[in-house]
Amino acid sequence: MNAPGSSVLARLEAIAGAEHVLAQPGAREACAVDGVAPAAVVRPASPEQVAEVVRFAAAEKLAVVPVGGRSKLGIGGPPQRYDLALDLTRLDQIAHYDPGDLTLSVDAGMPLARLAEKLAAHGQFVPLGAPWFQSATVGGTIASGVDSPLRQFYGTARDFVIGAEFVTGAGALAKSGGRVVKNVTGYDLHKLLIGSLGTLAVLTRVNFRTFPLPALSRGFVAAFATAQGALELRRRIAASPLTPVTLEILSPECARLFAANRPGSLAAPLAAPGAWFHGEQWQVCAGFEGSEAVVARYARDLTRLAGEAGAAGVQIFDEDAQPPVWTRLREGLPLLLEASPAAAIFKLSLLPGQFAAVFEALRAAAERHALACALLARGCGAVYFALLPERNDAAALARLAAAAATIFEIAAAGGGHAALLFCPAALKRSVSVWGPPRAEFALLPRVKSAFDPAGILAPGRFAGGV
Amino acid sequence: MLARLTRELEALLGPGAVLARAEDLILYEYDGSVEKARPDVVVFPRSTEEVSRIVRLANRYNAPIVGRGAGTGLSGGALARSGGVMLVFARMDRILEVDYENLRAVVQPGVVNFDLTRAVEHAGLYYAPDPSSQKACTIGGNVSENAGGPHTLAYGVTTNHVTGLEVVLTDGEIVRVGGKSGDALGYDLTGLLVGSEGTLALVTEITVRLSRKPEAVKTLLAVFESVDDATETVVEITARAITPAACEMMDGWTLAAIEEYVHAGFPRDSGAVLLIEVEGIVEAVAAQAEAVTEVCRQHQAREVRVARDARESELLWKGRKNAFGAMGRLAPSNYVLDGVIPRSRLPQTLRHITALGRENGFRIGNIFHAGDGNLHPIILYDPRDAAEFERAVRTANEILRYCVELGGALTGEHGVGMEKNELMPLLFSEADLELMRRVRDAFNPAGRLNPGKVFPTGKGCGEVRMKAQAEGAPPL
Ligand SMILES: Cc1cc2nc3c(=O)[nH]c(=O)nc-3n(C[C@H](O)[C@H](O)[C@H](O)COP(=O)(O)OP(=O)(O)OC[C@H]3O[C@@H](n4cnc5c(N)ncnc54)[C@H](O)[C@@H]3O)c2cc1C
Repeated sequence: MNAPGSSVLARLEAIAGAEHVLAQPGAREACAVDGVAPAAVVRPASPEQVAEVVRFAAAEKLAVVPVGGRSKLGIGGPPQRYDLALDLTRLDQIAHYDPGDLTLSVDAGMPLARLAEKLAAHGQFVPLGAPWFQSATVGGTIASGVDSPLRQFYGTARDFVIGAEFVTGAGALAKSGGRVVKNVTGYDLHKLLIGSLGTLAVLTRVNFRTFPLPALSRGFVAAFATAQGALELRRRIAASPLTPVTLEILSPECARLFAANRPGSLAAPLAAPGAWFHGEQWQVCAGFEGSEAVVARYARDLTRLAGEAGAAGVQIFDEDAQPPVWTRLREGLPLLLEASPAAAIFKLSLLPGQFAAVFEALRAAAERHALACALLARGCGAVYFALLPERNDAAALARLAAAAATIFEIAAAGGGHAALLFCPAALKRSVSVWGPPRAEFALLPRVKSAFDPAGILAPGRFAGGV
Repeated sequence: MLARLTRELEALLGPGAVLARAEDLILYEYDGSVEKARPDVVVFPRSTEEVSRIVRLANRYNAPIVGRGAGTGLSGGALARSGGVMLVFARMDRILEVDYENLRAVVQPGVVNFDLTRAVEHAGLYYAPDPSSQKACTIGGNVSENAGGPHTLAYGVTTNHVTGLEVVLTDGEIVRVGGKSGDALGYDLTGLLVGSEGTLALVTEITVRLSRKPEAVKTLLAVFESVDDATETVVEITARAITPAACEMMDGWTLAAIEEYVHAGFPRDSGAVLLIEVEGIVEAVAAQAEAVTEVCRQHQAREVRVARDARESELLWKGRKNAFGAMGRLAPSNYVLDGVIPRSRLPQTLRHITALGRENGFRIGNIFHAGDGNLHPIILYDPRDAAEFERAVRTANEILRYCVELGGALTGEHGVGMEKNELMPLLFSEADLELMRRVRDAFNPAGRLNPGKVFPTGKGCGEVRMKAQAEGAPPL
């Protein structure tokens, strides 16, 4: 819909107020998905207004994409249709917070960074240490399903989201779960919304369990000449009584990117980054938390385990180095994206036992297609693999497309699956970002039509063409 | 019709896998709840393919289908409310694979929860969700109810430990959702199916995470003179964010009865006790145990005892896990409730429950997962006294209503089943329920899979239950 009828705009203005319906090119392009800009951006002030907008859109068959901080709109398939951006950033309050119960209910438009500040005042946090931390909203982070290094210990959103309120594609205000930490009343519909890219419902509020901020938080980096050494350390940690809160493995190329201070980068500049990240070596980074006695034990044991695994060097972060190093790990995805004008980042989900074979196959695939690459693996089983062409041109796209097919095969051969999380929009014409169809994709349209019978929520962006 | 369906099932499954005589079916008309309903025919599939064929066959007869594990459920989930074919998964009880390196196991639904732990403990591993019924209940039943247990406080409930499922859909199709890694590609159908109480699909294979046993464990028994002191202690342990692995409360009155029965070393003259476990690396456990002890003492604990060894700790846990059985000594029957509240509201809620009991002429026991605010008030009643049973149900509903008023939920782990389906509107709006119904219909369009569960049928719930009673529902 390129020229919205004035009656459409008038209706939206009647719902949200004239100053909250934006139809000028700048505002529209800021919400573009894969180069497709909506005809208008609406900024409702309440869940009721969200519902009114969606009901109107459903009646008019207007395709709606919910947006928050707009940092991850690139995830997913290209939109089949896109008429309205539903900007949730005015829904940005804490609705309910019971620090004594460690439970929280927060509006979808709340920025992660602001939420973190508010919870920190009570010595608590939500383990969404997700990328684009400064600009991302709670709703966008949940709906995009991105994970964080903290998943090693705290799990992913599905482990600590305890309920949600949302607006269905039919414009109904609905909810599931609740505000208590244990609950089996009714279906866990909120689990479906995690990672659904707004294709089922518009999240208006998310309920979390919160966690205590640790007394002390420290980190550790061990460098290895080979991937085998790094993986051996991962194995030894997994078999030990230690439960670090983060555990990341960086390929040398990834470490090199993390070691650079790029002007304008999302990651805070790091004094002497090369002291922590070594571009010639594989690195294992672990974060750990607790009392003096506990962090001392971790430092001691990790150092010993790294030695047994043949580490070339080991460093423990003190309290000054820990925060900026941690920022780099958290912002891994944007750092990889900044590294190339046509970056393609795959997320492979597999078991760590497959890492050795998969790492080798991935790097071989990149080499075969003459593409620079970088690899960042989470110890619990997610592997981010970035292909980083120097230019964004037809030749690069062709090589990316060929490599993509191989990478989906590698994931399947490793007993897992892969999705192409970020890539140039043009690549999506030749590559399905969700990989080859899987049997369970056949169930997705059924779920979709239960939530969004008119098919107006972000059509085309999800797996199985939903 | 029924006779033909039975004959066809016998032909399909061979001898010894089909029950259809009234005297055999009686065994399958109860579960652990106060409800009752009889299936028309009970079958024991041995494989996923058999499950699929049974479903297709039942469809030809428009027969309702219900899955059943060990029948320990406490909300009537495994009862054939509209008759039909009951699939009992007892013979699909194999552990298909244990992946020690990646901490995964693939099991059939009929595997008994504790048998999985037993099979992997030689490698220092265990399966974390530990319902008190774990020596009897099946992992398939756990998946359907999203079961919890004492140690799910720190480690999460069943859904946090299931990464993938194989299911048979209502048209007989076999589908795998999720996988071993735990990250969904597409909507998190595993997350939807876990806890769906057997209303969306039949679960035929489950991939679970295994956990590594902690380096150190300390079991503490804190004895209080009053329930208030114990609940205030839980409030403060939570507020200080000391997360024990388990934090269970038992009131003194029921505890005395349990002790008679199990001889676990519990006091017989207390107001309440907390059974608290802290786990982890040695350094963390020592500090946590100290912090817990300090909070207990600040709230007038008469005694804080640390179990000297694994034997003493096991004995205390045995006492806790057999608690409901011990209640049988106090009354002809008991009704175990399951509600959840924000943990900051524990003290007032327990006071309110006691008062409600008094008003209605019941002494209500409390043995529950205090650390996550999951209440299990136990109402003792005589099932032969219809008026008393009716009063028990009314009291139960008032307790649940109170939980919801405080921002809590209707069930923390036992499920809605046919026990609380009429109460669902207390928590969910018509729009919420309509959406859930649409999701059910997406999987179970004809409504023949486990009918009459989870969703309100429109009848008052006391009414429904009284009917079951009139038909002679026995005590637990
Ligand atoms: C003494 C006692 C203590 C208990 N303690 C706890 C506790 O601490 N925590 C807790 O959560 N629960 C507890 N329970 C309740 C009960 O044990 C759990 O709900 C358990 O998960 C039920 O398992 P089951 O195998 O007995 O399932 P069943 O009761 O047979 O079935 C439960 C539900 O699962 C469905 N189902 C079973 N198998 C399948 C399948 N393969 N596919 C699809 N649907 C299926 C049934 O249709 C039914 O809806 C306790 C019960 C008792 C009697």
